[in-house]
Amino acid sequence: MLKDIGKTLIGLWSLIIGLKITGKEFFKPWLTVHYPRQEVKNLNTYRGHIELTGQETDPWKPKCVMCGKCAEICPSGCIHIEFHIAGEDDSSQTEKILIGVGVEIPFSGKKFVPAAKIERELDIFNLNYNLCSLCGLCVQNCPVDAIKFSKDVYLAGRSRQDFEYDLLARLKGQG
Amino acid sequence: MINFLSIPLIHIIVALVAILAFIGLNGVVLVYMERKVAGFIQRRPGPYEVGPQGLLQPVADALKLLGKQLTSPMGADKILFWSAPIISFAPVVVCFLPIPFGPSPNSTGMELNLGLLLVLAFSGINVFALCMTGWGSNNKYSLLGAARAVSQSVAYEIPLLLAVLSIAFQTGSLNLSEIVQSQQGVIHWHIFMQPLAFIIYFISATAETNRAPFDLPEAESELTAGFHTEYSGMTFGLFFLAEYAYMIVVCSVATALFLGGWDGPFFDGFWWFLFKVYALMLVLMWFRWTYPRVRFDQLLNICWKWLIPLSVLNLILTAFFIKLVH
Repeated sequence: MLKDIGKTLIGLWSLIIGLKITGKEFFKPWLTVHYPRQEVKNLNTYRGHIELTGQETDPWKPKCVMCGKCAEICPSGCIHIEFHIAGEDDSSQTEKILIGVGVEIPFSGKKFVPAAKIERELDIFNLNYNLCSLCGLCVQNCPVDAIKFSKDVYLAGRSRQDFEYDLLARLKGQG
Repeated sequence: MINFLSIPLIHIIVALVAILAFIGLNGVVLVYMERKVAGFIQRRPGPYEVGPQGLLQPVADALKLLGKQLTSPMGADKILFWSAPIISFAPVVVCFLPIPFGPSPNSTGMELNLGLLLVLAFSGINVFALCMTGWGSNNKYSLLGAARAVSQSVAYEIPLLLAVLSIAFQTGSLNLSEIVQSQQGVIHWHIFMQPLAFIIYFISATAETNRAPFDLPEAESELTAGFHTEYSGMTFGLFFLAEYAYMIVVCSVATALFLGGWDGPFFDGFWWFLFKVYALMLVLMWFRWTYPRVRFDQLLNICWKWLIPLSVLNLILTAFFIKLVH
């Protein structure tokens, strides 16, 4: 009986402590960021859609070596890459063979040139963000760190087409 | 004007109109207050976008409720279903009549010898309305909520009455104006003589008005919305308004019984009464955003094992001391 009363008194005191805590919190400033008027600053770890990174010497040119690993590993198949061999003016005239999901290699008829020896130029690097599941495998598997996450938190669009990105154009536009 | 008010019929009509206006206005104020308190305790701004500092938010909410369609579920008992919100709301108006808001006789709706009894009796009708919603809605959540509401109210009315009774013993009156008159000067407030009764009254009142941590009849996590699950639009609005009005009633009675009513340091007057009522309301809101909901067995244990024995003890002690003094 006495034990019960003691326990109850301790319980009652804990209720007062609870009130004290919430009472103190009441007078402290807001923790939330009032969005349209303020914006959060710690966006370094934010993982938005992917973006190409430029070369250090020439930021307009992508670091990408066109190996196609990103397109191959993407579980949703949202990356599409096209390129042509340097020197050949029009890539559309040569035949192409598909070496992976969304990756086509130019094939100039008889001779199959080893991929590593070809000097290549990136024509298209498209991202269909509608399909992307933000797994980040492409960024992890890029051998030359040519892809990074964008910090575009406040992404909004009116149609599906708004989320089909031409990443090459974005890189050039950013300059 | 004063002559007009001395005619009983006109006095009551004016009082009823004033009470209804007060209930409506009070609903708006309390919705805003509750949401702001919730926000501040959770360290966010609360309503902010509608009007300056979100002041017009309750008005927007009210307009939304008014504009919504009223529907009744399939298989519902139509008569019970539609009359329940009215039965929940109507008696609360009567509860305001005997409450003395200020020192002048005009600030009491109706002087009654048994004012306290009237308040207690009419506030009990609310449970009946909840019972009707439970049966009439044809919904398991409503039924469970109503069952909980009934057993909770039956349990907590006892310590509430016993706590009130000890004040009635002490003052020898059930007239709220007389009880207020008997505690002029801050040291004579009953809270200092009957602190236990005040604590028991306040806990029981929290449970009676179905406020957190005793909001089991509408426990969102278990019962969707409890007894008012099937109500939309203004029928829900009436329950909501009635709930806030009952909160004001219990806080007003607490103010009149324990905190000296309109009596206060410096200037007596209705502002003291309103200030105390809203301070108690703030405490109720503070409770809500501090404590987690109790389990049902805990709820009944608190009442039957602690509050009722303590209130009986308090009553016996009060009776003993009164006998001793006289």
